[in-house]
Amino acid sequence: MGSVKAELLRLWKWPATWVLIGVWLVMTLTFGYLFNYLALNGGTNTRDLSQQQLISSMQPENVGAAVVRGLPMFGGAIILVLAALAVGSGYGWGTWKTTLTAGPRRVSAMAGTLGALAIIVVILVALTLFVNLGAAITVASVEGWDWSWPGVGVFEALGASLLIAAMWTGFGVFLGVVTKGPALAVGLGLMWAIVTENLLRGVGSLLGPVEDLTKVLPGGSAGNLAGAVGGSGAPGVLTDLSGTTAALFLVGHVVVFVGVATLLKVRRDLV
Amino acid sequence: MIVTTEKLTKRYGDRAVVDEVSLSVRRGEVYGFLGPNGAGKTTTIRMLLGLVKPTSGTARVLGETPGTPKALLKVGSLIEGPGFYPYLSGRDNLRVHAARRGVHKTHVEAALEQVDLVGAANEKFRRYSLGMKQRLGVAAALLGEPELLILDEPTNGLDPAGMADMRDLVRALAAQGQTVLLSSHVLGEVEEICDRVGVISQGRLVAESTVEQLRGDTVLLIRADPIEKAHVLIEGSSLHGDVLHVRETDAGALVRALVHADVDVQEVRPLRRTLEEVFFEMTGAA
Ligand SMILES: Nc1ncnc2c1ncn2[C@@H]1O[C@H](COP(=O)(O)OP(=O)(O)O)[C@@H](O)[C@H]1O
Ligand SMILES: [Mg+2]
Repeated sequence: MGSVKAELLRLWKWPATWVLIGVWLVMTLTFGYLFNYLALNGGTNTRDLSQQQLISSMQPENVGAAVVRGLPMFGGAIILVLAALAVGSGYGWGTWKTTLTAGPRRVSAMAGTLGALAIIVVILVALTLFVNLGAAITVASVEGWDWSWPGVGVFEALGASLLIAAMWTGFGVFLGVVTKGPALAVGLGLMWAIVTENLLRGVGSLLGPVEDLTKVLPGGSAGNLAGAVGGSGAPGVLTDLSGTTAALFLVGHVVVFVGVATLLKVRRDLV
Repeated sequence: MIVTTEKLTKRYGDRAVVDEVSLSVRRGEVYGFLGPNGAGKTTTIRMLLGLVKPTSGTARVLGETPGTPKALLKVGSLIEGPGFYPYLSGRDNLRVHAARRGVHKTHVEAALEQVDLVGAANEKFRRYSLGMKQRLGVAAALLGEPELLILDEPTNGLDPAGMADMRDLVRALAAQGQTVLLSSHVLGEVEEICDRVGVISQGRLVAESTVEQLRGDTVLLIRADPIEKAHVLIEGSSLHGDVLHVRETDAGALVRALVHADVDVQEVRPLRRTLEEVFFEMTGAA
């Protein structure tokens, strides 16, 4: 308990936490509402999205889909960066040394970090929901649409969002522990989330086995879960797997990332 | 006994960085752990805190296995520089540490006072001078009233005033009966504070005694010609300019051996050395 409290205290007062969350909220508003709204009112050709789709994507009742679709790639990348920085920078600052000599056993110290990060990530998803909902209601009111509150389906989308966010958090923690520093962890993580999986998907269209693999990789399963709960129209969202299958793979990724990171943290010498 | 180690060893690859070190720290004493840079002090201390697992040998800290909560909660430590969050104030850093240690946050103020950081408690750690950073490290180590305080080169990098502050701080703690394990690569810096010292060189504990005993060893000064030949002949001798120093008891046997090997012996006399010299001689650092 003390470990969670300690970690939460230092993550809460860490400017990077709020900068990253802020950047994400601005991004989700910009891409989810601002550009769509401008496209709708600009009267120009809106490329592949018809007017009706634009309106539907901005409706308050579809806010669940709006939250989840950003998380497989860009939102996930931001969460990964947050987790990788939170864990990785402790090596350079020497705070892991301070933490591991404070008293609690290593597994508790690690649980404290994971617990505090989980709380921060839940806050991030909740803020995303509120901010998106606020934007949707604003647009609907300004445009004079008939709008309604989201139905219970929003909980499915939120559950999926949390699972996707948990996977990226675990990935970031894993990279931070493995690389024992922030720089490489963030670099590798961003490359994986934004570049590597997309390249593999490109190769996959030529090679069957690679294609199957890309569906269940971290970003792939996140994209498939987002697609299965109604997310669409965002990079990284896929519809190759059922929601249950994608969710199971995500749980598997979380277990492996967190498990390996914890095992390393407990076993490895800290020098 | 507060700390005991039994043939404690750490190898990195083929190299024994800490080599069968058996030392003991008694309750209420200030134990100076001395050795030149790279001797293995920090690695030994890391093993006492469970940060590094020994390759072989054992250590007990307050009767417990190092690194377990029972041991850690009774030990406060500052190892190789303080590790704090740069963006947090000194006070917040201590609060975070207090939460980890299960110590109520009211103790934070007392710790700040002890190291004279109350005035700068709200400043960001990043903005602290090196001396303030080290003092905050000591404050963190003091949280929870540990039975043993381990300070690894707490004066490293400090200016003379900072060093004096740190020495005064340790002296004040010692006066209150605090057991302290204090490492240093400068003997002069700790000789007045320490009750006993352990000297480590290249991973091996080469002496463990009171400061007086350490100084008390008789050393012979030998002037001879050719001096290099004498140096080679006398095992354990060290060359200081044109004279040899050797820790030796039987001067007669020594002179006979030299004369027998056709070395002219010009002068042999006991030498009263400073502690610094003793230390250099033991650790082979010239
Ligand atoms: N993780 C490591 N891997 C390899 N060698 C190490 C490691 N840590 C320390 N050493 C080596 O062990 C020796 C002792 O280091 P250290 O215990 O830090 O000495 P001291 O604290 O006395 O200056 C040094 O030569 C150092 O280079
Ligand atoms: Mg050292």
